[in-house]
Amino acid sequence: MATEVTTLLEETSAVKSNGEVKLPIYMDNHATTPVDPRVLEEMLPYFTDRFGNAASRNHSFGWAGEEGVETARERIAKLIGATPKEIVFTSGATESDNLAIKGVAEMYREKGNHIITAVTEHKAVLDTCKRLEKYGYRVTYLPVQKDGLVDLDDLKRAIDDKTILVTIMAANNEIGVLQPIAEIGKLCHEKGVIFHTDATQAVGKVPIDVIKQNLDLVSISAHKMYGPKGVGALYVRRKSPRVQLSPIIDGGGHERGMRSGTLNVPGIAGLGKASAICHEEMSQESVRLSGLRDRLKDRIMSNLDEVYINGSWEHRLPQNLNISFAYVEGESLLMGINDVAVSSGSACTSATLEPSYVLKALGTGDDLAHSSIRFGLGRFNTEAEVDYVADRVVETVQRLRELSPLYEMAKEGIDLKSVKWAAE
Amino acid sequence: MSYSNKVIDHYNNPRNVGSMDKNSSEVGTGLVGAPECGDVMKLQIKVNPQTNVIEDAKFKTFGCGSAIASSSLATEWVKGKTIDEALAIKNTEIVKELSLPPVKIHCSVLAEDAIRAAIGDWKKKQGAATVVPVEAKV
Repeated sequence: MATEVTTLLEETSAVKSNGEVKLPIYMDNHATTPVDPRVLEEMLPYFTDRFGNAASRNHSFGWAGEEGVETARERIAKLIGATPKEIVFTSGATESDNLAIKGVAEMYREKGNHIITAVTEHKAVLDTCKRLEKYGYRVTYLPVQKDGLVDLDDLKRAIDDKTILVTIMAANNEIGVLQPIAEIGKLCHEKGVIFHTDATQAVGKVPIDVIKQNLDLVSISAHKMYGPKGVGALYVRRKSPRVQLSPIIDGGGHERGMRSGTLNVPGIAGLGKASAICHEEMSQESVRLSGLRDRLKDRIMSNLDEVYINGSWEHRLPQNLNISFAYVEGESLLMGINDVAVSSGSACTSATLEPSYVLKALGTGDDLAHSSIRFGLGRFNTEAEVDYVADRVVETVQRLRELSPLYEMAKEGIDLKSVKWAAE
Repeated sequence: MSYSNKVIDHYNNPRNVGSMDKNSSEVGTGLVGAPECGDVMKLQIKVNPQTNVIEDAKFKTFGCGSAIASSSLATEWVKGKTIDEALAIKNTEIVKELSLPPVKIHCSVLAEDAIRAAIGDWKKKQGAATVVPVEAKV
């Protein structure tokens, strides 16, 4: 088995001795990441020899499972500066978000009914808040500034004596923008409000410390950090303040009553190992990835005009690049670089033709939102891959601009904003 | 989303890409869609005023692969047709030819609109040349 894993490692690391790249190239690591071979190796015994139910207290099979779970709990806690008892395992970040928000809403109903979030949150947060509105909760959706960051003064003004929860993400899944969570946490603690952060895209990529950053609830996902899909965690602060949650899944009372259901032991072991690797390699990896990301940006922007970066450049994940290529529609661009996996903020596939709500919230025009591409670099991307992707993007954008009536009109000096468009 | 081979072919080898002089009396220009919607098509036709036959057609499109393919196909189909024959082209025929999925039907609608807009523009130019004196009497 060890040899198999080694072979896998060689296959996933795309450094080819002859400098050529292996196609297709995966550069959509905000959507998901491949499981690191070291993570897989950690998980495998829990499918076979160590298959026991972690809740079986009477035999060695159960103890083996429990040991795997508790090791993982310690590793995750270490990654975010928490204690193991503060980690609750879930099926992923969507469940963690639901548990955090609905759990607080129900538990603190007598204290208040007001929740504050931001318009650029993930749907797992926004739609959970929308559901609570149906049950009589009041939700404030804070706008964001042009750079994608929430304004702390807006937040301060929004908090009132009925506010029980503020939920603001650590890093945005589309534009990679890092919200000022430490400052938000501080403000919440001063006002006696619980602070939840969806840190799905941030944990394992940038330092997260629940004490230093004043976090009360943190959603974590394994598959965004080279762990398996279908497993995640929620950090629940135990002191100053002690946060209590009503469970959203009832049953056997697992996870100290906060999340019933037999634990996904192999998945949890994988999440634990993924956390340990991130803890060890994060500082080096973020330097390497921001270098690659900058190289990608520079190679694209030095060869094309009218290319715009979406969101703050300064407060951003080292892995993320989100850019709009004016006069070129995102989906057609993806089609032209079909041996590269990235994603587009254009939603031409939907009936509404609505582009990314995140980009719209930044004040990006719909036209530029339709022209956006998200690059998500990851652990297994190489410099050769970055160069290949940049060159493919440049040549495809050039070709599509030759095909674009908008580019032609813009070059003729026509102000596209002044044109009266005959929409369908 | 997976594309049909025909869509991919038109995307990779778009037919009749280009622009004609929009001020020429023989040229009709249709510009439909809007950048905010993610689709803009410009379709131009050059019509023989004696025969009403479309002798040439050009297009440029900002939009997804299906939008590019729909407009590329539209230029192929209108070439050699009379104005009336071209007006009879239905978006459903484009859907069928390119095997467009339901979410991409609007691309074919836009292509049909572009044909109609180009013909409308050409007719207006012909009208300006011939009909105006008649109206002047009224």
